Amino acid sequence: MTRVGLRTLSRGSAAVSAWVSPARPIRPVGKFLATEEYSLRSYATTAPHQPVTSKETAVLQRIDAKRAEAFLGGGQKRIDTQHGKGKLTARERIDLLLDTDSFREYDAFVEHQCYDFDMNKQKITGDGVVTGYGTINGRLVYVFSQDFTAFGGSLSKTHAQKICKIMDQAMLVGAPVIGLNDSGGARIQEGVDSLGGYADIFQKNVLASGVVPQISLIMGPCAGGAVYSPALTDFTFMVRDTSYLFVTGPDVVKAVTNEEVTQEELGGAKAHTTKSGVAHLAFDNDVEALLKLREFVDFLPLSSQNEVPKRRTDDPSERADAALDTIVPVDSTKAYDIKKVISRIVDTNTFFEIMPDFAKNMVIGFARLDGRTVSIVANQPLVSSGVLDINASIKAARWVRFCDAFNIPLLTFVDVPGFLPGTSQEHGGIIRNGAKLLYAFAEATVPKITVITRKAYGGAYDVMSSKHLRGDLNYSWPTGEIAVMGAKGAVEIIFRNVKDKTQAEADYVAKFANPLPAAQRGFLDDIIVPSTTRSRIIRDLKMLKTKTLRNPAKKHGNIPL
Amino acid sequence: MGIKTVAVYSDADANSLHVRLADEGVHVGPPPTSKSYLNIPNIIKAIQQTGAQAVHPGYGFLSENSHFVKALDDIGVTFIGPNEKAMAAMGDKIASKIYAKEAGVNVIPGFDGVVKDPEHAVKIANEIGYPVMIKASAGGGGKGMRIAWNDKEAREAFKLSSSEALSSFGDDRLLVEKFVEKPRHIEIQLIGDKHGKVIWLPERECSIQRRNQKVIEEAPSVHLDAATRKAMGEQAVALAKRVGYYSAGTCEFLVDPKRNFYFLEMNTRLQVEHPITEYITGLDLVEQMIRVAANQHLSFKQSDVGINGWAFESRVYAEDPEKYLPSIGTLDTYIEPTAKGNEVRCDSGIVEGSEISIYYDPLICKLCTWGKDREEARMNMERALDSYVIKGVTHNIPLLRDVIGKETFVKGRLSTAFLAEEYPNGFKGRELTNASREELITSAAAIHVKRVLAQREWIQGGGTLGEDVSLPKEWEFWIGVGGEERQQVIVKSKDSDEFKITIGGKSVKIDVDWKLEAPLFRASISKEKSAKDKTKSLTIQYLEKETLGYVLQQYGTKYHVTVATKRQHELLRYMKPKAKLDLTSMVLAPMPGSVVSVSVKEGDTVAEGSELAVVEAMKMQNVLRAPRVGKIKKVHVQPGSSVAGDEIMIEFAQEKAAASA
Repeated sequence: MTRVGLRTLSRGSAAVSAWVSPARPIRPVGKFLATEEYSLRSYATTAPHQPVTSKETAVLQRIDAKRAEAFLGGGQKRIDTQHGKGKLTARERIDLLLDTDSFREYDAFVEHQCYDFDMNKQKITGDGVVTGYGTINGRLVYVFSQDFTAFGGSLSKTHAQKICKIMDQAMLVGAPVIGLNDSGGARIQEGVDSLGGYADIFQKNVLASGVVPQISLIMGPCAGGAVYSPALTDFTFMVRDTSYLFVTGPDVVKAVTNEEVTQEELGGAKAHTTKSGVAHLAFDNDVEALLKLREFVDFLPLSSQNEVPKRRTDDPSERADAALDTIVPVDSTKAYDIKKVISRIVDTNTFFEIMPDFAKNMVIGFARLDGRTVSIVANQPLVSSGVLDINASIKAARWVRFCDAFNIPLLTFVDVPGFLPGTSQEHGGIIRNGAKLLYAFAEATVPKITVITRKAYGGAYDVMSSKHLRGDLNYSWPTGEIAVMGAKGAVEIIFRNVKDKTQAEADYVAKFANPLPAAQRGFLDDIIVPSTTRSRIIRDLKMLKTKTLRNPAKKHGNIPL
Repeated sequence: MGIKTVAVYSDADANSLHVRLADEGVHVGPPPTSKSYLNIPNIIKAIQQTGAQAVHPGYGFLSENSHFVKALDDIGVTFIGPNEKAMAAMGDKIASKIYAKEAGVNVIPGFDGVVKDPEHAVKIANEIGYPVMIKASAGGGGKGMRIAWNDKEAREAFKLSSSEALSSFGDDRLLVEKFVEKPRHIEIQLIGDKHGKVIWLPERECSIQRRNQKVIEEAPSVHLDAATRKAMGEQAVALAKRVGYYSAGTCEFLVDPKRNFYFLEMNTRLQVEHPITEYITGLDLVEQMIRVAANQHLSFKQSDVGINGWAFESRVYAEDPEKYLPSIGTLDTYIEPTAKGNEVRCDSGIVEGSEISIYYDPLICKLCTWGKDREEARMNMERALDSYVIKGVTHNIPLLRDVIGKETFVKGRLSTAFLAEEYPNGFKGRELTNASREELITSAAAIHVKRVLAQREWIQGGGTLGEDVSLPKEWEFWIGVGGEERQQVIVKSKDSDEFKITIGGKSVKIDVDWKLEAPLFRASISKEKSAKDKTKSLTIQYLEKETLGYVLQQYGTKYHVTVATKRQHELLRYMKPKAKLDLTSMVLAPMPGSVVSVSVKEGDTVAEGSELAVVEAMKMQNVLRAPRVGKIKKVHVQPGSSVAGDEIMIEFAQEKAAASA
C-alpha cells in the first residue's frame, strides 16, 4: 500500500532539497542590518541606555546580529527565489495581515536542536517559522507564518514548539489563531521528532476547536500529514497557482495508480474549492489573500467566550426595500438568485460568501445586520433548484456548527424542493450526510431566524432550521409554499385512481401552495412583507441577544459523521 | 384629467411600473411582442373585457399600425391618434413622399417604389448615386435602416434591412433614397384637431444618433433661424392638411449646413422625445391628443406658441456604449436623479429590481432637463447624469455624459455624423485629464480613509487592544487609476469628513458628504493656499468595493481605482499577473439572444471579416464576422438556437505555431 508519510511525497520535494544543500545562508555579523525593506522597526532590542562595558557591547551586538539573521530567514538569495515565484516571505505576509507595527514576535532566536546528518552545522535563526501576536483592525490575533526560505519551511521539533506556544496562549487569552502555511513538509533529518511535532499541533488544534477560531491560509506547498492541521482548523483558504494540499503527491499517485496528474489538478486551489470541499476560499495572490483574510477575521468573535463583533454602519436598520416584494418570480418554477435577496437585506456590501464554488445549491457566509455579525445559510434556487444533496448538507452542517460554537446567530433562507433523489445520492449516503445538517440545526442554541421565501417541501422543510428544531422566529414571505411535496407529486398519490387530475391539482395548490396552513398551526410565527424583512430581523436579533438555551449535560453528542 | 386607466402587459412585464400605476391591468400574452403587444385580437379582447372607451398606443408597437386603428373603428372604440387613412398614407414612406411633393414640401431625391431584390437595390442606388439609404418602408426608429456606399454594401444592406423589417414590422418592403451628407436631423411637432386646425410647434434637433437611432435630442435647435423655423413649420402643416391629419404627429427633416431642408418622413404618433417640446412650450401633448380624440377643438392658436428656455433629452439605454450591444439583467441598484424644481424629468417604466429582458427595446429612461438657456439646461443634464445610479446592467451613461461635455456639443456644432466624427475608433470611455484624475484619486483617498476609520469603530467584541493601537491622523497611500502607475498620496484628517490630501506636492482640501457604502459620493474640493480659488463640487459614484480599491464612476465613466498602503504598494510588485483564457480562436456570442443564421460550416476556410453568423436580440441583428483568416473547427450553434452572453458559438482551428517560434 501507499506509504503515507509525514513528509513531502511530491514534486515539491525539489523545494525541500533546497535547504539540505550546502549553501549557507548569509550571516551578517556585528553590523545592524536594516534595509528599508526589512526594517526592524519596533521588533528590535533597542538598548535604553548606552552600553558601558565592552562585554555589554559585545552581547548587544550578538543579540542584534542574531535578530538580523532571523529577519533574513534563509537569506536574500532564497528570498529572491520566493519573490520570483510570485510569493511573499513569511515576514512580508505578516506585515500585510496585521495592522502596521502591531506585530510582537516570539521565539525569534529559536534554533533547532538536531545533531544528526551534520544538522548542527546548519542552523537558521527562527527555524523556519515566524510566530507572535498582533492586531487586525485593532483586535488581537495570534499568527504563525512558515518561512519557505528557511529549510523549505520544514517542520522540526522546535518549529512545532513555536507554533504550539502561541496556540496555548491564544487559548488562554481567547483570540483567533491564524496559520500562514508554506512548508515543504517534515524535517526528514529529525525523523520521529518531526512527526511528534505534527501530532502535538494536531492535538492542540482539536482542543482549541470551538474555543478560539482557527484559520489556515495555505500559501505554498502543504503535503503529507501536514495537511491535517489545516483540515482540523475551522477554515482553510488557498492561493491560486502557488499553493497545494494533498496527502500524496503526483509522483506517488503515478507510482501507485498509474494516474497522470499535475500538482494543480490534484491539490490546487481549484480542486479543493470546487471538488473536494477541503478549502473554503481561493485568492489570486498573496496580497489579495491576506487582505481578504483581514476582512474575514473582522466577522469573527475573538473566542467562544467573547461577544460577536459589532461595528459602525451607516445603513439604516429601518431601510425597506421594495425590490424584495417582486424578487421571487410569479412563476414558481422560475429561478432567482438568493444571493441578491441576502445582499438586499443585510448591511450594504457586507455579505461575505464562504465556499462559493462548492455545492453551489447551498449558500453560506457571513454578513452584518445593524453592524453585528450574522451567519447566513440559504438554499440557492438558481442551482439545481436549491435541492439538498450530500455536498450541500455537509457544507452547511459544518458551517452551522462553527457559528453555533461561536455564538453567531443563524439566519436561514429557505427555498428548497426537497432532497435530491437517485442512486448516486442514496448510495453516497444522503441519509447519513443529510442527517449532519439536521443534527447541526437541531443542536444549535444560538438565535435562529428562518425566512421561507418560496418552497419548503418535505423533509427538507424540517431540516432547514424549522420551528420544530427550536427555531426562534420562523417567517414566510407571502410566496411561501410549505407542503410535503409539490402539487403534481402529491396529487399523483392522493388521487391515484382519478383520471383527470387537473382539478385535484388546482385544489392542492389552493390549499398548500401558500404559507397559511403552516401559519395556522403555529409553525410560522408570522407571514411578512418581504420589503420589511431587514427591519424585522434586526429588531428580533436585538430581542434575542439575551437568549439562553442549554442542551442536556453530556460528554458530547454523536453527530452522524 | 380624471380618466381611469387600464394597462396591458405581457408575461415579462407583469410587475412593471406601468401596470402598478394603472387602475387596472390586463394580461395580453407571452413575452414576444408578436404574441402580446402586437397581437391585435388579444388587445381588442382586453378592451372589450374592461369596457375601455379609448386607446392610447404609446410610441411603439401598434401606434402606427393602421390595421389596428381600423379594428378599433370597427368596434366603436376611439383611437387616440390620427385616423386610419392619414396614418396609412403617411406611415407608408413611399406614399408619404408623393403626398409631400403634392403639398409643396421639399423632398430628397429617391426611388418612389418598392425595391424587389438586392440587384434591384444596386441598380436604383447607381441611378441615384452613392451614398444611398436603404430602409424599411413600414419602419421607423432606425430599425431596418442602413447606409450603403457601394454595390457590395447595398446588397448586404438589402438583406439585413429586409429581414429586420420583417421581424420588427411584419413587412419587408424597402425603399432607397439619396443620403444627404453632414445633415442635421430636425423635426417639427404638429398637433391638429378633428375640425381642420393644425398647429406646428417649435422644432427638436435629434442629430446625435447612432445607427440612425436618436441618442440625445434638444429643443429648440441652435441651427434654425426664425425664418427657416417658420418655413419648415408651414410646410409640415401643409402636408398634414393635405392628408387630413389630426392628433399629434411629427415631420422629420434633414437640414444641411446652409439650412436647406428636406422632408424625411412623418411619424404618425407621439414621439419618444416629445417631453422636450412640452418643456419649452408648456403644453401637455398627451392631454392634447386625448382632447382631440374626444372631438374637442384645440384651445390655442399658432401665435400662442412660443419658446420658453431650452430642453435636452438623453436616452438612457441598457447597452454597452463601446460595442453598442444591448445588455440584459436586473437593475440591482436604480436611483433616478432628482431636482428641487421642475428642471429634471425622468420618464421610465422601471424601478429598482426590474428586469431588462431580451424581448423589448433596452430603453431604461428618457432623461430630460430644462434650463432658461441652452447652457443651463446642459449643465442640469450633466448633473443629472452624474447622479443617476444604475447597477446590474451595462448602460450608455458613459457615452451620454461624454457627449454632453464635448466642446463641439457645448458649441452646438452638431450633425448626424457627430458620434462617428467625435469617436472615429468608437467610444472607449472618457479620457482622463490631469484634473479629472486628481479628482478621482482625491475622492478614492477620502473614501478609503473614511472606511478605514469605520473599520476600527468596534461597538462590541473589539477585544482589549483597541485603545492601545491608536488611529493615525496621517496616512500614506499609493493610488492608481485603471492600469496607470500608482502615485503617492498623503492624507491628513482634520475631522471625520474633512481631509487635506497631497498628491505630488500639491495639496487640496476636501470636504466629504458620504454615508459609508452609499452609492453617491459628494464632496467639495478647494485648493488649500489660494482661498480665492473657488470650491469645486464633485459627484462621484461609489459602485463597488474591490479587494484592493474601488470601482468609481466619474463623469459617467467607470474606473478601477487601486488604493494600496505603502507596504502593499511595495509588495505588489512581486505578484504575477494571471494568465487569461485564449479567446483568439473563439467567436463568442456578443449578447444573449437567438441565432438567426449561420453562414459557415465545420471545415470551411474563411477570410477575415467574412460573415459567420447573425444573432438577434432586442430586435437588432448583429453580424458576427471572422476575427481572422482560418479554418472553422467547430460550430456550436444552429439557426434558431438561443445563446447566452459570451457563449462560445464558433471555434477556429488553432493556427500552426508561427514560423519564428
